[in-house]
Amino acid sequence: MSTETLAHTWYMTQRQLMAIVRQPIFLLISLIQPVIWLFLFGNLFKRVVELGGFGTTTYLDYLVPGIVVMSALGSSMWAGMGTLEEIERGTLNRFLTTPVSRSALMNANVVQNGISTACQSVIIVLLGLLGGARYPGGAGGLIVLVAASILLGTVFGALSNALGMLVRERESIIGINTFLLLPLTFLSSAFMAPAQMPSWMAAIADFNPVNWAMVAGRSALAADPDWGDVLTRGGALLALAVVAVWLSTRTFRSYQKSV
Amino acid sequence: MSTGTMSTGSTRTGTPVVRADNLVKTYPGGVTALNGLALTVEAGTVLGLLGPNGAGKSTTVKILTTLARPDSGTATVAGHDVLRHPGRVRRAIGVVAQKSGADPAATGRENLVLQGRLYGLRGRELNRRVDELLERFVLTDAARRMVKEYSGGMRRRLDVALGLVHRPEVLFLDEPTTGLDPEARTAMWDEITRLAGDEGLTILLTTHYLEEADRLAERIAIVDRGRIVVEGTPDALKGELRGDAVHLELRADGDRAALTAVLAGLAGLHDLAVDGRRVSVRADDGAAAVPVLLAALERAGAAVAAATVARPSLDDVYLRYAGRRFSEAEAEAQADSAGAGTPVQATAGGAR
Repeated sequence: MSTETLAHTWYMTQRQLMAIVRQPIFLLISLIQPVIWLFLFGNLFKRVVELGGFGTTTYLDYLVPGIVVMSALGSSMWAGMGTLEEIERGTLNRFLTTPVSRSALMNANVVQNGISTACQSVIIVLLGLLGGARYPGGAGGLIVLVAASILLGTVFGALSNALGMLVRERESIIGINTFLLLPLTFLSSAFMAPAQMPSWMAAIADFNPVNWAMVAGRSALAADPDWGDVLTRGGALLALAVVAVWLSTRTFRSYQKSV
Repeated sequence: MSTGTMSTGSTRTGTPVVRADNLVKTYPGGVTALNGLALTVEAGTVLGLLGPNGAGKSTTVKILTTLARPDSGTATVAGHDVLRHPGRVRRAIGVVAQKSGADPAATGRENLVLQGRLYGLRGRELNRRVDELLERFVLTDAARRMVKEYSGGMRRRLDVALGLVHRPEVLFLDEPTTGLDPEARTAMWDEITRLAGDEGLTILLTTHYLEEADRLAERIAIVDRGRIVVEGTPDALKGELRGDAVHLELRADGDRAALTAVLAGLAGLHDLAVDGRRVSVRADDGAAAVPVLLAALERAGAAVAAATVARPSLDDVYLRYAGRRFSEAEAEAQADSAGAGTPVQATAGGAR
């Protein structure tokens, strides 16, 4: 990657980050939401840990990685709305008539989404700590958890961007997201240990990328991490992220041809 | 009506900075946007691309600014081929598109700084250029405000400033005053005149306002259905039309063939056009022709509701070369786009 591409990627990322930081209501909501999840589900399912198979005696310990990953999914899957807005407003076309590096435009989406997801994840981890959650895996485990949620965010952010450029309709993004969010969350180990799930559900969850991020994060956060689980799930997420970014880059090229 | 491209007016002496030859562009769904369009813009001049919505103006600008690729045909801007060296073209041009394109979630200053950086401006040089543009476009006081708080006129001024950050050789202005109130429009006209005059910028301006083209452009190219139907200076185009325009409005739709037969026999009249209730004709002496026309129409059984005599206008030029009235072409283009749904329109449709 040339230094020009790197510089342009940073300018474009900076622009996107500034736009997010300047929406205090949006920031507040994305902060309050995980608090509600932690509080709500933390209390609602408090006693399920007694069933066993959660690998901990405190439900909040189990819940935090689930909420971290769920929030990464929930915020990244709307990335396409921003892209769509930039197309409609003419901002994307304005950039395309300048000598801006074409790949910088796509890179910035990925980098910005990664930075946002990382901040959000760290905040949730800290909120959990405040609420009494413990992370036996320590700093290493937390880094894996944040990295896993960044990868998952990259997958859904890139897919959402591709969808935005392809269909160019808000309704389609809203429809697909509402359709996917709950099944993807509940067909995962977010709230319930796989050992307590009906076996068919646990089998489906094995193929759910959202679950991969949770398994990788939780394994790394355990007192005695199962690095095999971390590597397989993390590797699968990485591969998926590469495919999703490739797909959205392809869609971007076809957008440029359709202008 | 001629189908070829005609040129009228002074002979060309300048060097072409923008040149397009035989551009053809068809959008998916079979909508032909360009059908063999050719044009040239000489150094330091303003060419007004005049035509109704859907005539192909924006597609032409998109191709010349490297956004879109033609199906066939060639184009060079500032000496660079738009297809082979889009990067070089991008460094030489400034673009003010139809849609604003400024980032509403950033300040005016931030928009300009980012734009400058994309062209490689840095540090003090960048700051100086940004300050200069803010001052020139009367945005200094609003520089630290979010663009979403700007008025339509301020936004448009910022758009032009964005297009000028890197001191381009050629400026593309795609309908720069559409949607502006009269005051902001006049201010924009003054600004464009200044750019063309004092700074010697080569400008390609598209517009569907006849008066705008008349006022700003040294040469006008009229676009209809994806090609240039005539090109020349506004005065030469108007001068081509002999005499005054006489427009008559009938009380009821007339029979085209019958009316044409009746009126074609009258002396001193030419360029006759009958369209529904409207009859247009040119006369060497408009005032003298009116009673003759009225009498002839009455004999033919067509009652006249109104008659007007006018000196030649660009609307007349359009009627003469495109074979239809500007407003009709506009309405037809709208009907077309509603049915066809090119990608551009699909976007707009999905938005609201």
